[in-house]
Amino acid sequence: MSTIKNFFATRWGIISVGAFIGIFAPLLQKWGNPANMGVCVACMERDIAGALGLHRAAVVQYMRPEIIGFVLGSLIAAYAFKEFRARAGSAPIVRFVLGAFAMIGGLVFLGCPWRAALRLSGGDGNAIFGLLGLIGGIWIGTFFLKGGYNLGRAQKTHTSVGWLLPLIMLGFLVLMLIFPQVPGQEKSGVLFYSVKGPGSMHAPLLVSLAIGLLIGFLAQRSRFCTMGAIRDFVLFRQAHLLLGFITLVVVAFIVNLILGQFNPGFEKQPIAHTMSLWNFGGMVLAGLAFCLAGGCPGRQLFLAGEGDGDAAVFVLGMIVGAGIAHNFGLASSPDGVGHYGIPAVIIGLLTCLFIGFTMRKEVA
Amino acid sequence: MSNIVDARGLSCPQPVLMTLNEIKKVNKGEIVVLVDTDTSKENVSRAATTQGWRVKSIEPEGIGYRIIVAKD
Repeated sequence: MSTIKNFFATRWGIISVGAFIGIFAPLLQKWGNPANMGVCVACMERDIAGALGLHRAAVVQYMRPEIIGFVLGSLIAAYAFKEFRARAGSAPIVRFVLGAFAMIGGLVFLGCPWRAALRLSGGDGNAIFGLLGLIGGIWIGTFFLKGGYNLGRAQKTHTSVGWLLPLIMLGFLVLMLIFPQVPGQEKSGVLFYSVKGPGSMHAPLLVSLAIGLLIGFLAQRSRFCTMGAIRDFVLFRQAHLLLGFITLVVVAFIVNLILGQFNPGFEKQPIAHTMSLWNFGGMVLAGLAFCLAGGCPGRQLFLAGEGDGDAAVFVLGMIVGAGIAHNFGLASSPDGVGHYGIPAVIIGLLTCLFIGFTMRKEVA
Repeated sequence: MSNIVDARGLSCPQPVLMTLNEIKKVNKGEIVVLVDTDTSKENVSRAATTQGWRVKSIEPEGIGYRIIVAKD
C-alpha cells in the first residue's frame, strides 16, 4: 500500500519542485529582478518593509509580488487539497523574536538560504561562507532539538485566524494596484518605491505574481524547506528535503550558465560583500533562528498560507526585523557589514541560545 | 496495548523526533502516532519506513490522523 498519495511528497516530487524554482529564479533575474536575487525571501520581505516605510533605505523599497504569491499560492493549494487548518498559540512572541533576528542575520550576509543557493549558483564564492554558517547554525539548533527544545503545542482555532496573513498579502497586492509605481517617483500614494538600486529592479508585476503563486502552490504540496533540508540530514540522516535544495542549486547553476548569468569569483559580486567571517556569522544566526522556529523563511510563508498563525507571526517578525536592521544600521551593503551589524549578530546569537536553553518543556 | 505518541499541535521536526524516540525505546511491536497536519503524517510515515517499520494504517481522527506503525 502506498502510504504517500501526494506525488509532491515523493522523492521525484521534491526534486521537481527544486528544479522548478531553479529554472524560474534565474529567469526572474533575466526578466528584471536583481542579480542572484531571483527569489530571496529575506531580501524581498526587506523590500516590502521598505515599500511600507518601515525603513527608509531608498534603494530597497518595493512591494515584492513574489512574496504575496508564495502565501496566496500556498493558501490555494491548501484549500484545493483540503489541508487548510487554522492553528495558532505555540509561543507567538518567541516566533516574532526569532523572525526578527533571522532577518537581521540574513541581512548581515545579504540573503536568506534561498539567496545563498542562488548566489552560489551564480558564481558568488562568498555564498560558500554563508552556506557554511547556515549549516553551522542549524547544527547548533539540532542539539537543542535533541535536548527537548520545543515551543509547545499549537491549538486549532477560528478559520479566520489562518486567513489573516493571506488577507494582509492580498491587501498589499491591492495597494500595488491602487498605487502603482510611477517612473522616477519615490512614492505613489502610501507606497514607497526605489528609483535606483536593487529595489528598483524587478520583473513585471504579473510575471512575479504568477511565478510566486506557482512556487507557493508547489512548495505547499511538497513541504519544500531549505532549513529542513539541512536539519533533517543532520538530525536523522534523511536526505528527502535536501534533494530538493540541491536540485535547486544545480538547476539554477545550469540555467545561469545558459543565460550568461554565471560569473565566478569573490570580488564585486552583485549585492554581496567579502567579509567572510560575517557572511558566516550572519548565517549562523539566521540558521539557528530558522531551526528554532521550525522552518526556513519560505517555509514560514507557505505554512502561514495553510493556516499556521504562528508562522504568520514569524513572517511579521522578519518584516519588522528588516525595518530595525536598516534603521539601526545593522544591514550590510556591498561595502561590508553595517555599523552595528556585528554586535547585533552577537546579541541575536545570545538571544537564540537563551531561547534554546530555557524552552525545553516536556511535552505532556 | 500499543504505545501512543501524541504529536498533535507540534511543529516540525517534533512529531518525527518523538516517533523515532519511541521506536528506539520499544524496538518492535506497534506504535500509535497522533498528528494534526498532513505534513506530519507524511514525515512520520517516511521516518518510520526508513527505520524498517511499516505503516499499518492511517485513519482520520478529529482534525488529524491516527497512524499505526508496526514492526514484527
